[in-house]
Amino acid sequence: MKIEGKKRLWREYQKEIAEDHYYFARSCVRQQIFPGAEQICVKILQHDLGRDVFDDPGHTTCTGIGYHTDVVQLETIMTVVARQFSLMTNAGYENFAVSCITSFGIYTEILETWHHFPETEEKTREYLRKATGREFKIPVNLAHTSDIFYKFRHEIAQKSRYKLINHNTGEPLRVVEHIGCHYAKMFPHKGVGGAEYPYVLAGLAEALGGEIVDYPERRHCCGFGFRQYVVKANRGYSISASKIKLESMKPYKPDLIVTNCPGCTVFLDRWQYAISEMEGKTYGDNGQGIPVLTFEELTAVCLGYSPWEIGLQMHNVGPEPLLRKMGVPFDPSRKYLGAGGKNIGIPEKPKVLVVE
Amino acid sequence: MKSIAVIGGGVAGMEAAAKLSKMGFSVTLIEKTNQLGGKLNKWHALFPSRRPADEVLNGLKTRVQLGINILLNTEVEHIENDDDGFAIALNQNRMITAHAILLATGFDIFDAGKKEEYGHGIYDNVITSVELEKAFRSGAVKTLQGKTPKKIAFIHCVGSRDEKAGNPHCSKVCCVTGVKQAIELKEMIPDSEIYMFYLDLRMFGRHFEELYKEAQVKHHIQFIRGRLSEAFENQDHTVMIKIEDTLIARPLKMNVDLLVLLVGMQPSGSINKIIHDLELEKEKDGFLKQADKHLAPHKTNIPGVFVIGAASGPKTIEETVNEAGAVTFEIADYLQNKIATKILKNENSFI
Amino acid sequence: MIEFGYSIQSNRQIDFDRNTRQVYKYIRRKEPSIDWCMSCGTCASGCTAGYASDFSLRRMILLARRGEEKEIRDGIFRCRLCGKCLNACPRGVNTRNIIYWMQQAVKNTQTL
Repeated sequence: MKIEGKKRLWREYQKEIAEDHYYFARSCVRQQIFPGAEQICVKILQHDLGRDVFDDPGHTTCTGIGYHTDVVQLETIMTVVARQFSLMTNAGYENFAVSCITSFGIYTEILETWHHFPETEEKTREYLRKATGREFKIPVNLAHTSDIFYKFRHEIAQKSRYKLINHNTGEPLRVVEHIGCHYAKMFPHKGVGGAEYPYVLAGLAEALGGEIVDYPERRHCCGFGFRQYVVKANRGYSISASKIKLESMKPYKPDLIVTNCPGCTVFLDRWQYAISEMEGKTYGDNGQGIPVLTFEELTAVCLGYSPWEIGLQMHNVGPEPLLRKMGVPFDPSRKYLGAGGKNIGIPEKPKVLVVE
Repeated sequence: MKSIAVIGGGVAGMEAAAKLSKMGFSVTLIEKTNQLGGKLNKWHALFPSRRPADEVLNGLKTRVQLGINILLNTEVEHIENDDDGFAIALNQNRMITAHAILLATGFDIFDAGKKEEYGHGIYDNVITSVELEKAFRSGAVKTLQGKTPKKIAFIHCVGSRDEKAGNPHCSKVCCVTGVKQAIELKEMIPDSEIYMFYLDLRMFGRHFEELYKEAQVKHHIQFIRGRLSEAFENQDHTVMIKIEDTLIARPLKMNVDLLVLLVGMQPSGSINKIIHDLELEKEKDGFLKQADKHLAPHKTNIPGVFVIGAASGPKTIEETVNEAGAVTFEIADYLQNKIATKILKNENSFI
Repeated sequence: MIEFGYSIQSNRQIDFDRNTRQVYKYIRRKEPSIDWCMSCGTCASGCTAGYASDFSLRRMILLARRGEEKEIRDGIFRCRLCGKCLNACPRGVNTRNIIYWMQQAVKNTQTL
């Protein structure tokens, strides 16, 4: 592979990412499944990078999942989005930082729709006014939080205590980066690096010392697909998509998968467990899986946060092999102790997938 | 003596310059590179006969020797059009005048890198048809790792019939070029497997259909109807391709040692200045507009400015050479009429 | 094994490199005119069996070329060997012979 060719493309796909003062829009999926990831995202931005982030309890879901599963109308989701922008405007912010890729896709697509069909923006303003009496300004800058981490990747790398380097061998860890489909596939110029060779997570992982693995099914969707997952009978479509990816990356022996989308994190992680139970297959060493971390979790581990404080025990695939390779100390006995040392319950061990 | 500036020293320009010179006109042949022959210099063999490209090139060169003013490394910087003809400013502060201009500016080759998902310039073993001709000229086709490729796929219509890539038109010559190259490869590497991924096979010319059948029957080259969606590099530097087999209506995956992209023709980017100065019209596809597609295909919207070859759309060498002959008559006719009109004008001015 | 209430779909993608294409290689030896086929479908459009089922010789030949042999086994015996396709083929492919050898290949190949 010729890295120069990729660099040529990366130069063409650069985007504006605001320096500071972000209005933070949370993800409904992430808050439930990996609550530590968002918590640590805000903490890293505020404490480690010294940025001003407004974490607003007043905002709601973007209704993206409802929209993609056909239970929320386009007009409705536009009005919900308008309300989020109105909250941002009222809080005195102009830069909208989105935690979820589905939401990022929704916000990008709606802004684009309003741009090309101004009458839809006018209608939305009217609906919002009638429903809530609110007004709003369009954000000056819209970025996914992974864009912001990418922007500050060198600063993060400088402050990091641990690198994506095997501390026994000195070799870089092999990183699979998986980008949520709605990050750049719809609007390639809205993503760092474009749609075919996205650089947003690759850039971050490289700055942290890792080596990117480019495997044949890299561009394939994780299989979330909304209704493919939400309807139980359809879940075979979802799991088979993740399986294609896992089979394709396995020969490269990746040390970890880093993601920027809630759906991808869940499914690349959880389906490893389901596949192990259904087919007896595992994808990591010694019957373990390939750890799947969000970009904030990965950054937090590098910055020296405790793996249990950032919620790595919430993953189906255990993070321990990765932590050992990186030389990150951890106390196994505290894995299932939550805030204040309270026991959060120990999950049943899977029958096939080895979890420590 | 009436003078004509021929812009472009490829097949079209060389052949037309030779004919016009033979007719007694004073001809200046302007070429921006350091040699005549254009893209023919890069070609190994020509369809459908697989005759060496150099043979045709040498034939053209022999004809061009007849008293033509050849300006190499020369670019047109500005053109003024007035009643008497054209004043053409060239680089290095040179200036020539001409009574007529013939645009033989040819085409650009599509930049395969624009199809990002195909990985040209990124994956080791993805090459274009132009690069394959170069390899044929060097006498060996190898992968970047120096191995002889045993499984090769050709992708038709790369940068042609692709509105997103900016080229809605059919480049016409790539289908038969691909079939010709596949046969050449198969003869060079007899134990190789070759697959052609096509949308339609446009075997429009004489002997083309026969070449297609020869590829199937004699060389066992397989034709699969479908367009490449994306390519990837495997660990062993082979290329994985994903295509729908549209005649079976199922997606298909294949690993190949070498992927050849049959790149199309697109309007030349270097003549935009000339188009602007002369107020020429282009068509939607970006190629020059012909005054009348059927009855005056070599004239443009501006009297005294003529066009032949791929400047007015994808053409074969055979068609281009034909046009060079035809335009010679058109230019001679134009200049004669112009003299007649002028005499008439001058006579009128005495009254 | 846990029953989750859904299953992992098999991939319907044609994995060209995994397929052996042995039926095709066998027919090609017996009846080389299989290579003349250009998938025009003239054979299938007038096919007696094709009116009553989804049998198509065009598709059978393509499936053989791709090595998708299970589908051939399911379909090839629907042909009634009437010979209409032989008459119709513009390239003179010996279609009747191809069908005969395809049936033989399916009958005789253990692995199919």
